Amino acid sequence: MSRGALLITVDVALKCVPVIFLVAILVGFGTLSPRFLTVDNLAAILTQSSWLVIVALGVNLVLLTAGVDLSVGAAMYLAAVVTGLAFAMSPVWISLSVAILIGAAFGAMNGLLIVKLQLPAFIVTLATIFIGRGLALHLSSTKVIVAGRALADFGRAELAGVPVPLVLACAAFLLAGVLYRATPFGPYVRSVGADREGARRAGVPAQAITWSVYCLSGAFAGFGGFVALSQSSAASGSFGQNAEFLAIAAAVLGGTSLFGGRGTLWAPVAGGILITTVQNGLVTINANPYVYPVITGGVILLAALLDSLRLSTLARLQRRMFTAEVPATALVAGRSEA
Amino acid sequence: MTNSTAPRLVIEGMAKSFFGVRVLHDVSFDSYPGEVLGIVGENGSGKSTTMNILAGILQRDHGRVLLDGAAYAPRSRRDADAAGVAFIQQELNVFPNLTVAENLFLNRFPRLLDQVPLLSSRKMHARARELLESVDLDVDSHAAAGSLSAGERQLLEIARGLSGDARIMIFDEPTTSLTQKECARLFDIIGRLRMRGVAVIYISHALQDVIRLSDRIVVMRDGRVTMRAATAGKTANDLVVAMVGRSIEALFPERAARPPGAARVLEVDQVGEPGMLDAITFNVHQGEIVGIAGLMGSGRTELARVLFGLDPHTVGNVRMAGANLVSGDIAARLAAGVAFLTEDRRHEALMMEASVADNMALAALPMFSKGIDRRVQDEPLKAAMQSLAQQLNLKSGNLRTAQVRTLSGGNQQKVVLARWLLRRPRLFILDEPTRGVDVGAKEEIYRVLDQLASNGMGILVISSELEELIGMCDRILVMRRGRLGAKFDRTEFDHERILQAAFGQGDVA
Repeated sequence: MSRGALLITVDVALKCVPVIFLVAILVGFGTLSPRFLTVDNLAAILTQSSWLVIVALGVNLVLLTAGVDLSVGAAMYLAAVVTGLAFAMSPVWISLSVAILIGAAFGAMNGLLIVKLQLPAFIVTLATIFIGRGLALHLSSTKVIVAGRALADFGRAELAGVPVPLVLACAAFLLAGVLYRATPFGPYVRSVGADREGARRAGVPAQAITWSVYCLSGAFAGFGGFVALSQSSAASGSFGQNAEFLAIAAAVLGGTSLFGGRGTLWAPVAGGILITTVQNGLVTINANPYVYPVITGGVILLAALLDSLRLSTLARLQRRMFTAEVPATALVAGRSEA
Repeated sequence: MTNSTAPRLVIEGMAKSFFGVRVLHDVSFDSYPGEVLGIVGENGSGKSTTMNILAGILQRDHGRVLLDGAAYAPRSRRDADAAGVAFIQQELNVFPNLTVAENLFLNRFPRLLDQVPLLSSRKMHARARELLESVDLDVDSHAAAGSLSAGERQLLEIARGLSGDARIMIFDEPTTSLTQKECARLFDIIGRLRMRGVAVIYISHALQDVIRLSDRIVVMRDGRVTMRAATAGKTANDLVVAMVGRSIEALFPERAARPPGAARVLEVDQVGEPGMLDAITFNVHQGEIVGIAGLMGSGRTELARVLFGLDPHTVGNVRMAGANLVSGDIAARLAAGVAFLTEDRRHEALMMEASVADNMALAALPMFSKGIDRRVQDEPLKAAMQSLAQQLNLKSGNLRTAQVRTLSGGNQQKVVLARWLLRRPRLFILDEPTRGVDVGAKEEIYRVLDQLASNGMGILVISSELEELIGMCDRILVMRRGRLGAKFDRTEFDHERILQAAFGQGDVA
């Protein structure tokens, strides 16, 4: 029994790791730099994390269906370029809608290739990274896109004292929350992630669900690209680069499994803030910029390690049931009465 | 009888093929409201395919199906649900990562308002509690379904079938994971469904249950209906004859008495792994067929995996011909002449897209490699494969070009057998060797194992079909909750007693 109790403790501990990790980072950077643990800086971290949280919300849904979307960074860039070029003079709400629509269309294409042509998501979205980025570079003639005045002001504005990017991130979270909690979408997504064929057999519209998570992933990426553009006021050729890995790491750090079916809506929020905190901390303590990628890589590895540990403890917890005091599980003989 | 009323379901001349292999030929039967129709047949007889077609999971190639007089051809499970055809499947279709309530309503979430596609959590859990109560399942509707036992999951599956207003309810092997008490509860539910005028189709290997529950019986064999009759007066043996085409004993070769004093091939000494296996001790001798019986989840497969080194063990010793084998060391076992046929050939054994020859040669390549570059000697390998194919009566066409995917279950299993026999093993461990295999191939597998044993191989067979173990083994060991319980020699084989040992005293289903 002590073994079982230990496993359960390990399981609970793994669930708390993001929180423990966050506290450790806060304390660590706080002791290294007096400027880190200030209200202003912590508020800045939240605002900075907005775009990543939004993008990770979409990627999280894809991961829950046991899929993957590597193309969200490209979708961000494409959405930013189109809004920056063609809708620079438009009201902000129009350019926001356009960015979301472009992202959604991009995701819809991914989804179609994955669902209809039965191609592996990994390969499809790997290929569409290049298609999306190439298209965006072509449209922008490889020039830096500068956000219009209205957009840049919007990115720095506040709504009732709360920075607009943060408000948008909250809106995105609420939207995803309604979809995930108040409609059958959530259980559908998780059933597809646990067993696609089983879900289809149980009457879940598995194909439509798979397609829609890629659409949503693209839409959230377009949304996140818009927010990032409004904050940074400019988009160069490297805009959104590696965002896909940060977004996947954010969702997995927060507790969503890379293998589908297991996770929460909070995961990308917690993970996104965590990653942004690390990045912010490295800047505040004036770390060597060449160290950033090393640390980011470490964070991604940590996320994968946590996921694998969670799964193996889960498997061990379930394996114990073989000889636990459960009712006799099956009749021996196929033709026992014959 | 209810034959005066109009039939609820009429199936006429239904046919279905997979990859050019006919699995259903001209299947016809009907079912009436307020009637329980029993369907029996061996694995691979076409029962499950027929039901999958009725539930919209597969589509038929030919034939006509009428539901209450109207043409019925569901394209998906959703279509079938909408038409009022509920299907309680054999494989537990429970999602461990969803809650109990979410599992119940996966195909029809209760809405907040009829026109608005928002789900009402309150309604869902209230309805869930009612349904759980109706099958006497005492679990929280908010709990993760993964925390339920196998029997509880089966009841959950049944409750899910009750969640709609079904016109037809199909039960496919619903009792495999149920205790005796839970079975009684299920039969009670079926009685009430019949009173409500639901047409019930009940599929089971437990022939006594079918005889007790059903009004009429359909027997299937090799994709055809071989008997269609009122249940009254039918005995289990009548059904077996219709299922198998002859009595069961005729399937097994006469087992010659084992020569006394044969050398031990395998010695298992106090082997244990916490939570899985506990102090397992037994031997397998040369020329002996030892069977392991037990319930699903009793540790049979776990034991086989430990013996072959696929999983580690922390306690005790495994010896081959006196030499100790380190826990988890597969290479040492292969070198000592151990072979292992898994219970899941599709996922764990075969490369479905590859040729028969590639699949067969896989484990024996090192034995047919020579010289400094270890090049595979094609001619001897080919000769060995061809002679084995002949010995096993493998029907595959050209070994080099035929894909394993296109073979029947029986021939696929022969490919796996051949793969291991190419290595000339001294001990062959087989986990469910006849699962998903037709009757003819079964008989051939029994014959081959008997021959191998008479040539001196030690054989350890795990099977869920007790008849099979009784038919071919010299000894049967019974596993229960990770332990070896009773042991039976061939002269003491007794159906009832072996079952009792598997269930533990006084709990015989």
